[in-house]
Amino acid sequence: MIYLDHSATTAVDQRVVDAMSPYWTQMYGNPSSIYGLGRRAAAALEDARCRVARVLNCQPAEIVFTGCGTESDNLALRGAVLGAAPQGRRHIIITAIEHHAVLHTARELAEHFDCDVTILPVDRQGLVDPAAIAGALRPDTALVSVMYANNEVGTIQPIAEIGAIVRQQGALFHTDAVQAGGHLGLDVQALNVDLLALSAHKFHGPKGVGMLYVRRGARLLPTQTGGSQERGRRSGTENVPYIVGLAHALELAQADRGAESARLLALRERLWAGLAARIPDIELTGHPTRRLAGHLSLIVRGAEAQSLLIALDLAGVAASSGSACASGAPTPSHVLTAMGYDPMDALGALRLTLGRENTEADVDFVIERLPKIVERIRGNQ
Amino acid sequence: MPERVVVAMSGGVDSSVAAALLVEQGYEVIGVMLRLWSEPPLPIWGGAVEAAINRCCSVESIHDARGVADRLGIPFYVLNAEAPFKAHVVDPFIDAYASGQTPNPCLRCNRMIRFGFLLDYARALDARYLATGHYARIRPDGQGGFQLWRGVDQAKDQSYVLSVLGQADLASALFPVGEYAKPAVRALAAARGLPTASRADSQDLCFVADGDYRRFLAEHASEAVQPGPIVDRRGRQMGTHRGLPFYTIGQRSGLGIAAARPLYVLALDAAHNTLVVGTADELGQRWLRTGPVHWVADKAPAEQLVAAVQIRYRAQPAPAKVRVLPDGGAEVQFGAALRDITPGQAAVFYAGEQALGYGIIAEAREN
Repeated sequence: MIYLDHSATTAVDQRVVDAMSPYWTQMYGNPSSIYGLGRRAAAALEDARCRVARVLNCQPAEIVFTGCGTESDNLALRGAVLGAAPQGRRHIIITAIEHHAVLHTARELAEHFDCDVTILPVDRQGLVDPAAIAGALRPDTALVSVMYANNEVGTIQPIAEIGAIVRQQGALFHTDAVQAGGHLGLDVQALNVDLLALSAHKFHGPKGVGMLYVRRGARLLPTQTGGSQERGRRSGTENVPYIVGLAHALELAQADRGAESARLLALRERLWAGLAARIPDIELTGHPTRRLAGHLSLIVRGAEAQSLLIALDLAGVAASSGSACASGAPTPSHVLTAMGYDPMDALGALRLTLGRENTEADVDFVIERLPKIVERIRGNQ
Repeated sequence: MPERVVVAMSGGVDSSVAAALLVEQGYEVIGVMLRLWSEPPLPIWGGAVEAAINRCCSVESIHDARGVADRLGIPFYVLNAEAPFKAHVVDPFIDAYASGQTPNPCLRCNRMIRFGFLLDYARALDARYLATGHYARIRPDGQGGFQLWRGVDQAKDQSYVLSVLGQADLASALFPVGEYAKPAVRALAAARGLPTASRADSQDLCFVADGDYRRFLAEHASEAVQPGPIVDRRGRQMGTHRGLPFYTIGQRSGLGIAAARPLYVLALDAAHNTLVVGTADELGQRWLRTGPVHWVADKAPAEQLVAAVQIRYRAQPAPAKVRVLPDGGAEVQFGAALRDITPGQAAVFYAGEQALGYGIIAEAREN
């Protein structure tokens, strides 16, 4: 099987599995406990926090571990908006191509918490205009949320530039960096962000653990209260093995980042060139250069994504349509429609995301097989 | 390279055995379940919803079918066909009731969805055949074409709802269980450790959650379910009906009229939203006319023929003279009167066990 869906999830690195393994049956203590078993768990937890903080160039106390990327986004949006409400700030700004974790949370804040949400458009490449953000900021803006790199089309936003604008206005700036985690720089000082969400399973860590960077001083109302773990921002017994796994996976991914990005970029360019030369009427979606290195998103006109994905699976290639919607009705992606694509075209979206274990041979196999698959589907539907 | 077959799976015994037999015959088998219909989930609060109960493609049936596929070692996919199913099956089903007809949605489903949408899919996936768990047989006609025959098990036979197929469909179709009687199919399933219980036989209204099509129509097409007068043949008002879809021709009970002799439904007059009733001796018709006939051979066998004509899915076929009309429809003259010729149902023409074709009944008369 050739796995080309690294934006969906990744295999856990064996070194990460090994780093996690002592915390199941040996050092299983509760980090809040006073005895040795608990202290060792607490030490592992704080060691993980320090490792993550070094990668993000922040203080360890600014890291909040969560259950997943979606939870991190929820804590950022709900926490910031409800935290700023007493000061009369009830306005949030997001973009039209945010992940549903942000989009649906903003929608709920608007519907049930009396929030005013501005949804900014993007251009055909999926880029948001920083000037549009400047124009949308208001004195009562509590939070601006712009995703670092888009999951469906790979476009990378000018986060640092947007951050500089937002902070002049006194609003908090959040970025959903879930797709960027293993591939882009995460220096929160350079990025000018106040909040940044990550999810471990996107960079060869385990599923079920994420984190939120919360800049010191940011007013955040917790969304989960209880025993005041994570400095009251996320109560609940800390998931020590998973948090250890997240920290190790993040370090490993970030250490390899430069060389791996160059390798993935070469593979992606080979893949795109091969497909573009052999399949008529396909289009690269997202930005041609300002995109994740291993991320290739396409529109294959006249070939429905559902059939493409099944035919690829039967050929031994795991891919996705960019909008994971296997169970529901095939609905055109909100990202592609926001970028101005026709909804019918958006139903032919295909996403091939390369990663660590992919080789040139994998890419060449897809270049050889996909054109035949597309031709057959176009001839029969 | 083994030939590739897509099998439409439901999780029940028939399609599971069909898939198993094909695997044993050396085909490369791909299991597919169609998601045809889902009732909208019920909103609770915010974005939270309560899943609606679905008869079609329930979580359990998907789980069962996937379990069978795993046991057989074949890939399994759930394909979304909700949009074409609504457009080609459910909407026409509602429209037919609204116009006073009593439709059989399985025919349209086999034509437009299984041997339309799904067969296209199978071809797009480079499959040579589409197989289903239907009880019917395909026989070569000796001239390079194919004939559609009743299944070996006459009680389970589904050739009626497959009479929509043509030569191109039959050339790509496999009905592995049509060669067996149902008890034999169960035995084959048991011997292979497959589920032995039936699920969603094709005569069911698979998209109606509780099987109550009247409730379904009331919810989805309330304008088609309006009370109106009940009259006799002479136009005398006898009472009030609850909406024409609640009645079928030949129906006796449930009219709510006290009369000296039992009354039966004679006709549904949609144009006037009127139900026509009469006594037993007024029931019974020997003549019908159909809309355009589809012939399985893709052409009419003759301008006039003697055939066994089946007017409902489970009706006894009755001998009749069939005359093909210039407009492609057919006129059918039965030897004896039938009590329940129903506009909207298919009249399927048989020569012995061979299904020749069908036409949708447009009108019926006494002679």
